[in-house]
Amino acid sequence: MGLIQESINLAISGNRRELARLLSSIESGDTLPLEPSKSWVLGVTGPPGVGKSTLIGRMIDEWVSRGEKVAVLAVDPSSPKSGGALLADRMRMSSADSSKSVFVRSLATRNHPGGLVPFLDSMINLLSLCGWSRIIIETVGSGQSEIRIVAFADRVMLVDGPDRGDIIQAEKAGIMELADLIVINKSDLPNALNASNFVKNSFSYSDKDSNKLVLLTSALNNDGISNLINEIEKLKINNERNSLRMKERLLSAWDYLLLSNPSFNDILLDLESGKINLDEALGRL
Amino acid sequence: MGMRIVVAKPGLDGHDRGAKVIARALRDAGHEVIYTGLRRKPSEIVRVVMDEDAVAVGLSTLSGAHNVLIPKVCQELISNKMGDIVVFAGGIIPESDRDFLHSLGVRAIFGPGTSTTSIIKFLETISERRKNNLEVGVGEDSRWRWD
Repeated sequence: MGLIQESINLAISGNRRELARLLSSIESGDTLPLEPSKSWVLGVTGPPGVGKSTLIGRMIDEWVSRGEKVAVLAVDPSSPKSGGALLADRMRMSSADSSKSVFVRSLATRNHPGGLVPFLDSMINLLSLCGWSRIIIETVGSGQSEIRIVAFADRVMLVDGPDRGDIIQAEKAGIMELADLIVINKSDLPNALNASNFVKNSFSYSDKDSNKLVLLTSALNNDGISNLINEIEKLKINNERNSLRMKERLLSAWDYLLLSNPSFNDILLDLESGKINLDEALGRL
Repeated sequence: MGMRIVVAKPGLDGHDRGAKVIARALRDAGHEVIYTGLRRKPSEIVRVVMDEDAVAVGLSTLSGAHNVLIPKVCQELISNKMGDIVVFAGGIIPESDRDFLHSLGVRAIFGPGTSTTSIIKFLETISERRKNNLEVGVGEDSRWRWD
């Protein structure tokens, strides 16, 4: 039996350190011989500061009390300048460092061509093989690359706070179309109800979205969490949104292929110097 | 490619400016830093290092409990077969306590006034030593230390 296989077996039998190491090796580009498995994945995104991590912390506790094993992949951007990253999502998740039924892994986007996208599938697969029955991917939802990350989940939850405005940005970015439910967190603050009505209202303009769920929670006071989990558990995978997500996945796989093409840089240089035009560049690729 | 490093605040100590400055400096030097937040138990810190697959952990303590908390982290790392993890410390740790902590496998202790560049140099040295199969982990021969 190969060393990798041995390590996979250990991880599946519950060895957390092996699991953590295997996730690192997937992240560094290794392909692991993993059997496919059926996973349950929720993507959580939303603007910075709305309480995503704190909310996820509460959701973890609720799921654990229902007997689930919860794994979180918390994605944060790497600094484009130094390549380093400051990863501090887990400090908001209270049981992340102690409960046996919780596994939290912070991931930096590492300025990979195509972001983390080429590795997410394998990471999810591995976690699911290791018995993690609820897998959450958390990203800050501010741009295309984040949308692509949550597109790897079968269910997508968008979180916002009482101060609207941000959610309009999310609408522009197209994340609203991918979301199965919207949560307005910080319901303990004034304006939360207004914000949720505003979102509901904006959905009522289109028949397609009119049945989209909008929920209120307060992660701070642990309010509305149990109801939120009930609703998430009831979610049916929506075919139309599923095809949108598949499209995002395909596009990101295509980007990755393009950016990792060995002649990509040469073609780029020729394009810069005017030796070739765009059509010729496409031909060479 | 930088390292994955946990910056942790063990015990009942509410001062994390130092830890945050270090976290930021390490990020700017190209490392991936996982910050635990305040008031972590030694067992929780070990869990973070394990799940995050970090190669090193920096313990910041200003409460005076370093002689209790730091040894606990070291022991728990070793008992979890994580003796290869590099442990370094910072904060208010008197000179007279340092030999004891070094003897447990703590490779560097950074006091007030340390420049961030010397911590970054320490990490570079760690990385070099690891490449050359020289001992750096908390569970390995403890004679080498950073001065």
